[in-house]
This record gives sequence, C-alpha cells and structure tokens, in this order.
Amino acid sequence: MGTQTSGTPGKPGAKRQFRIWRGDADGGDLRDYTVEVNEGEVVLDVIHRLQATDAPDLACRWNCKAGKCGSCSMEINGMPKLGCMTRMSTFEENETITVTPLRTFPVIRDLVTDVSFNYEKARETPAFAPPADLAPGDYRMQQVDVERSQEFRKCIECFLCQNVCHVIRDHDENKQAFSGPRYFIRAAELDMHPLDTRTDRKDYAQTEQGLGFCNITKCCTEVCPEHIKITDNGIIPMKERVVDRRYDPLVWLGSKIFRRGQVPQTSVTSGHSPGAVRSSAAGGGVHSHAGGSHDAQAEVQAQQGVNWHREVPHPTAPAVDASGKLPLTELTFDRAAAPSPFGDDVTFPLPPEHLNFAHPDQDKPNH
Amino acid sequence: MTTTTTRIERHHYDVVVIGAGGAGLRAAIEARLAGKKTAIISKSLFGKAHTVMAEGGAAAAMGNVNSRDSWQVHFRDTMRGGKFLNNFRMAELHAKESPQRIWELETYGALFDRTKDGRISQRNFGGHEYPRLAHVGDRTGLELIRTLQQKIVSLQQEDKRDHGSYDARIKVFSETTITELLLDGDRVAGAFGYYRESGEFVLFEAPAVVLATGGVGRSYKVTSNSWEYTGDGHALALRAGATLINMEFLQFHPTGMVWPPSVKGILVTESVRGDGGILKNSEGKRFMFDYVPDVFRKQYAETPEEADRWYDDPDNNRRPPELLPRDEVARAINSEVKAGRGTPAGGVYLDIASRLPAEEIRRRLPSMHHQFKGLADVDITKEPMEVGPTCHYVMGGVEVDPDSGAAYGAVRGLFAAGEVSGGMHGSNRLGGNSLSDLLVFGKRAGGHAATYVDQLTGRPRVAVAAVETAVETALAPLQRDTGENPYTLQQDLQAVMGDLVGIIRREAELADALVRLAELRERVAKVSASGGRRYNPGWHLALDLRNMLVVSECTAKAALERRESRGGHTREDFPTMDPQWRRVNLVCSLVGDTVRLERKPLPKMRSELIGLFDRAELAKYLTDEELTEFDALVAADAAAADAATDADAEKER
Repeated sequence: MGTQTSGTPGKPGAKRQFRIWRGDADGGDLRDYTVEVNEGEVVLDVIHRLQATDAPDLACRWNCKAGKCGSCSMEINGMPKLGCMTRMSTFEENETITVTPLRTFPVIRDLVTDVSFNYEKARETPAFAPPADLAPGDYRMQQVDVERSQEFRKCIECFLCQNVCHVIRDHDENKQAFSGPRYFIRAAELDMHPLDTRTDRKDYAQTEQGLGFCNITKCCTEVCPEHIKITDNGIIPMKERVVDRRYDPLVWLGSKIFRRGQVPQTSVTSGHSPGAVRSSAAGGGVHSHAGGSHDAQAEVQAQQGVNWHREVPHPTAPAVDASGKLPLTELTFDRAAAPSPFGDDVTFPLPPEHLNFAHPDQDKPNH
Repeated sequence: MTTTTTRIERHHYDVVVIGAGGAGLRAAIEARLAGKKTAIISKSLFGKAHTVMAEGGAAAAMGNVNSRDSWQVHFRDTMRGGKFLNNFRMAELHAKESPQRIWELETYGALFDRTKDGRISQRNFGGHEYPRLAHVGDRTGLELIRTLQQKIVSLQQEDKRDHGSYDARIKVFSETTITELLLDGDRVAGAFGYYRESGEFVLFEAPAVVLATGGVGRSYKVTSNSWEYTGDGHALALRAGATLINMEFLQFHPTGMVWPPSVKGILVTESVRGDGGILKNSEGKRFMFDYVPDVFRKQYAETPEEADRWYDDPDNNRRPPELLPRDEVARAINSEVKAGRGTPAGGVYLDIASRLPAEEIRRRLPSMHHQFKGLADVDITKEPMEVGPTCHYVMGGVEVDPDSGAAYGAVRGLFAAGEVSGGMHGSNRLGGNSLSDLLVFGKRAGGHAATYVDQLTGRPRVAVAAVETAVETALAPLQRDTGENPYTLQQDLQAVMGDLVGIIRREAELADALVRLAELRERVAKVSASGGRRYNPGWHLALDLRNMLVVSECTAKAALERRESRGGHTREDFPTMDPQWRRVNLVCSLVGDTVRLERKPLPKMRSELIGLFDRAELAKYLTDEELTEFDALVAADAAAADAATDADAEKER
C-alpha cells in the first residue's frame, strides 16, 4: 500500500535491553544495547534497527524474514532459533535478551558463522539416482508415497539441528566423520523416494555419515523451525533399517555407543570364537557390542565372552532440566558442557567388562 | 588503501552466472552440461535465494488435471494477463517449453504433489484458465531451489569422479557480490566483486555473463522481496551498455501481510484464494464482485453462489473474482482501504477459516498456517488474515533476444534470465508464471551463453584500469567519513518510491519523484560506511544503493512517460488502457550517468498466434488499424481454407 499512511494500532516503542555478541574469529564479547521495540516485532527487526542506528556494521545474515529461507539462525538467550520467527512478545518486558552466534560453527563476524561444514556434507551425500528407463514426464508416484520424503524436503537448511547436535557441538573432532541430522534426513528422504534407484542409502548413512554417533537426544527435532520430526521419522527409521528390521533396544544402544572406526569389522568377530557377541546385521558387523575400544586385550576378552550374569552398577540417571528433558545447550543449564543422556558417570566407549548382555543369536553360526 | 596493495583474487571461467536463484542455477546447469567451466555467484548462501519465497507453484500446461489445457491456452492466458504488452515470442516459448522443464525437475529428484493417477498435481491460480500450477503444498519455490541446488551437487559429484575435484567444472561462490561488469570494447570480459565474508575483492575473467539477479523490490518499503533485491543485474546491464524495457511495470501483490508492522509486506500466497479464500472489507462484504473489469467480465462469476460452485465444478461455472489477475485485485483492495472500509492495520480481510475445515487448511496451506502462527500469532484456521498490496515483482528488465536471452543494446556476451529480464510478462505477470519463466529462460540463457563462447575466436581481455576503477568505487564508502548513513539513504529512497511511484501514480508526483531521486543521487555519491571490510552490511548496502537508485530512476521516468493505465502501471490521471500505448515499449539506457528513455515499437505477433484469440477480445486491446489487419488475416485464412477444400473436392471428382 504505497501511499497509505501507517494506521498501525498498538503501543509506541518501548526501550528494551539487548546483549549481542560482537567480534570475530580472534575473539569478542557481549555488548549491551538499549533499543526501541514496537508491538509485533521479532528479534530480527531489533537487529535491523540496531544496524540502522547504533551499529551499522553489525553482521547478521537474513533474507526472507518469513521463516522460509533459514538464513537468520542465531542463539537467543541460549536457544538456537530463527531471528525472524522469534517474537519479542515472548520475552518479559524487563528481560535482557542475549543474542549470540551459532556455537557449533566458527565465527566469521558478530552473528555470522562459517557454515561451510554443512555444504561439504551436502556435497558428499550421493545425489538422487533417477530410474534409467523412465523418460521425463513418465514419472508416476502416489501422494502417500511422496509425502514421507516431502516432510524432509521442507527443510530450509537453517542448520539449527546441526548447531544443536551434541555430537558436533561438543566434539569438533567428530565433524570429519559425522554429517549431522540435516544430512541424515537427506539420506532418509532419498531412501524413501519412490523412484530413487540406489539401494545403499542406509548403509551410506551408517558407514559414511556416522549415523551410529547419534544418540537420539532429539534436540534436533526440538529446534527444527519447520517441525520436521527428524528423529522419529528420519533417524530412527534409518537406524532400524540399518539393523535389518531387527530392532533390539540393546543392539540399538550399541549402535549409539561406538564410533565409526572403532567398530571392529565383520571379519574380526564373525565365523569363529563361538562365545563372541556378533552383529545382528546381516553383512554389517557394525553393531557388534564387542571391541568398543582399540585395546587389543579387551577385544580378545570380549570375543571370548564376558560373564553376562555378573551384576553391573546402574548408571546415574541423565541430568535433566526443570521440564524433565535434556537441556538443549549448556547455556540453558546450570552446569558447564552439555550433559550426557546416559548419566554423568558413564563414559564411552564402554569397557567390554561392563556389558552384561547376550545376544540371542550369539551362538548360532553367522548366516 | 591504494590499489596497488589491494589483493585481488582472479578466476577464469567460460560462463559466469550472477545470481543463484532458480534462473541462475538452471542457467548454470545448462552451461555446465554444454561443457563450459561455470561459476555461480550467489549474493547469499547457496540455496537461500528469493526463489524459496515462491509459494503457489510453477505454471505449465501439462494437462494433468484438466486435459483441455494446452500451450495455446497458457499462451493466451499469459498474453491476456500481461495486457498484450508481452513479448509474444517469449510468451510462446514459455508456454511451449514449461512442461518439459517441470518434468525434467523430477529427474533431478523433485517431489511435486500428485494427482490420484500418480502424475504431477496442478492447482488453480489467478488468471489461469485451467488448473496449471505444479506445486508442493505452498512451498514450491523451496522445492525448486533445493532440486536445482541438488542437481548442481550431483554434477559436482560427477566432476569429482571424473576430474578429482568437486569444483572442477562448476563452482558456487556464495556470499559474493558483483559490483561491476568489465568490458573489452563491446564484449563482456569479466565481472568484478567482493566476498561478503572477508571483504576481499575477486575478479572473474569470462567471455560470457548470465544475469539472474532477480528484482528491485528493496527500493520499496512495503515489499515481499528480500534484501538482495536491489536491482543489481538491471544496473550492471545498464552500465555495460544494455537496455531495460517495461520498467514502469511493477507488480504489487494484492495479499501481503499488513499486521504486525514488522512483517508488513510478507507474502500471503495466492493459493489461499485458489483454494477458496475470499476477500472481505471491514463491513464484512465480499467486495471483489464490484471490481470485475469489462475485459474480464465473461470469465468471472457474478454471484457468490456461482463463484462457490466453481471450486467443485469449474467446467460449468465461472471463476470467483478473487482470482482476477493480481493487478486488478491489488487495485480493488487499495480502493476499499481508501474508501475507509479497511481493517485497523490498513488492509482487508482474507478469510479461509470460514471456508474450509481446519484440518484441510493445515494440509493445503501448511506454510501459511506456520507463517501466521509464528509471525503474527494468528491462527488462520480460526480467524481471517489481514492483507494488503505489497511490492512483489518487476515485470520490466533487461531487454533480451527472446530465443537466446542475449541482452540487446551495445554489448555482446551478456545474457539475462528470470525476473531481471523483461518482456515475457508484459505489463503484469500471472502467478505461477515466474517459476516456469526462470526454468525455461534460465536453460535458454545458459545454453546460448555456452554457444556464444564456442563461437568466439579470441578471448576478450579485462583492462587493468577498469579493475582499478572498480576497486576505488567499491572502497570509496569506507574511506569517506563525512557522508550519510546508508540506511538513512535507503529509507529516504523507499519513501520516495513508495509515496510517489507506488501503486497509483500521478504526473506531478512522478515529476517530483525524479527531482528527489536526483537529490538522492548526490547524497548516495557521498555515502559513507563505518567499520571494516569483513562482513560489513553497512558497506554492502552503501554499494547496493547506487544500483537501487539508477533502477528507480528508470521506473520513475518510464512511469511518467507512459500516459495510460495498464497492468502494473496505474495512472490516476490516465485511468484507462490506450491501444496506441500497447504498441510501445519504453526502453531505458544509460548515457554517461543519465538515464535515457526511448520509445520502441512492440514486435508484431505472428499470424498463427494472433489467430488464437477472439476478435471480440482483441478489440479491447488493439488499435483499429491493427484490427483491420487482423480481419484481413482471418479473411485470407478463410479463403485459403476454402481453396484447399475446393482443391480436395476437385481431386475427388
């Protein structure tokens, strides 16, 4: 309405307190700003007002301002959010709002981080493999079949899930071998694509993307602005299928425990040593409970079988916040570093002598 | 900092595509498939381009939902929507080729919504006679950009396999802005710009450049466009010697959010209306029935009852007036608000809540539901939305050869596709035609850029002096500390354009706008940006301002010149369409620093194309002289047909 004067109802702007991280790769600090906020505004509006007034060089990514492009990802009071979708009315009037860059990625300047990690992982994920015998225009798919993949294709690549994933947030060294939730759902999307001709999507997720690292804390699902059920509809089904539909909670637990590269290959565990705990996955071996460490002796011991009847102490319950959930980040929690979902007294990989589980198939010959 | 100490990264490519939205990515794919080493320059991160904002769908006459649809019907709708000012050849190519371009996306992995028999579903949209828009809920643009992005990744994977590097033949330069095209005589020799992250300069030496930079909406305050839409490609083309056409035509999308103020302008998809949403004023009246113009009277329902029957039985009822072309709906809303029947926030109500069950709304319009819930705390399954016109699309753009996308004017090696190019949509674009436009003409521009490179005998060279000038220009705002804040200047520019060159225009205001733009030009020339070169948005805006300004000048000049109302150009002092003006394109070029405006006749439609229309319809648009010509053509055709029948009869005898 080009010529229309703004007849906006509502209160004139009130002054609100903001603390915004300013700095670059060499370091920085939180700076205080007092800024006018009007009714109906979102955090990104306030950032823009600061740019237009006190801080013209305040760096911040944004594009659509409607929650569709996923550019303005930031941490607001420690919570990973889109600046454009965080309404100021969700804060108390006297609350100081702290805005920091995504913590998992290296800072470029102010609120802008280097998210190239995600694009590298995107590039490694094998692309859609079209059926060779179908001409363009001849594709036929049922709505119900495309809907499963469509859910994942809603992803706006804001990378909040990547940012909040404990596997990379707390362990930068994992980035090499772990693609993160965004690319698990990419693999899941292709796996569920009715006409994709590749059959190794789940194996790829397991062996190349590090699906096994994921310990299903569901933080990714919780922060997803598109409300994609990343864990329930993407990651867990992939994990289930990786174990060849033989869902066993402890097999599953094992898959969470061992990092890729630390897991002995099938040749080590299969076919001999009858007492060994074997993988339940047909050709995989990746789910072996044994050999979770590179300690050769421990591995031998594990292969000889452990005393499964021995009592092991129960671990302490995981540390949860007031709402009974694992905190998303340490900023919303009362202690340093993100808590372990397994309780603080458990460290991984578990020493084999702490395991007390016998797989039902462990004595059968490997198929 | 002097030029000699400025480090400039250099790259050599065959084709440089500026812009990483749908048109740019499609052009890049085509250039790479033609074997050209291709660079994609993206102002934002890869995959964030404004194309993600397109909601409704991509128009293509596949005939999946109504088998009577064909390219001819699509062509007719496009010409009608553009009020016959379209470049007919572009409209023809677009209508013919868009189905292939959509189907091709499926081979890249796109997952459109399906019909019951498993084909691509198509939805109704304003101005389209049959359900024609391939869609994915209301996030079609996202699907398109993601699909193209993933296709590029798949090409990079091939290159990695064959050449050892992902970037061997196609590389994305994300968060990179081009500030200048460099020429060798009249040939494109390269492009100069900076990395937003580091502020370091980068020079691409390339004989062919494809512009795919999108539109100009950031010159308006109420806009659905993102910050990137500063008319960069329009301005780069002008400065390189190319021409712009139809710059007076801006589409104000009828339904942008008007509340809360911070999201004012953000789009509410037309699918809300396509799926049954109706417009009401503050008195609760469904007012669109009062605004059906004569030229559309035949195709639109006269009563709410007939309109409501249309959703289920489109063959025997006429469509609801809410689905009139965008310019008509935008003007109608504007009139209602001006007459005092608007909502408190200055819009009208768009009601879907009372028309569909909540579950159905959530299924059909998930991102609208999400957007209103998240941004405005409004549940669209329970309450109506408040909407009003927002600056959405520029029909005008680089004047191009319709078949190749090569820019006209005094430059070679420059191509344009998508919103930055002009002509395809005439005076008004139909919803859904932009996604198909960017696929059809993106492919063409990329392919023809590759062919152009093949035909070259020698590579154009970048002149050192030109690079030095570009560096100085780019650094100037950082080195001045006496000038104004770029944000203030942008607000002032937006005020001029919004108030004086907005949806309804008047001669005196347009003249005033030109004076004010001239003043702004002085101020923009002295703009200063504080801070350093690393990711400094103030500096970036300071550099974009000069593009916004020159493009705004083109719009204002052309709007002043065109003394009629047509599509996206409404003159209060000349409220009707004038058939004489239909024959005229206004062409902008740059002479030194000044925008020059010329009139140029519209190309004449080929006889088999004009023959697709009724005489009665043409009579609303064409001059008497043109109509006489049309009658002669029809008579000649009839005579030829008779002769053929006679000849056949002769043979049989």
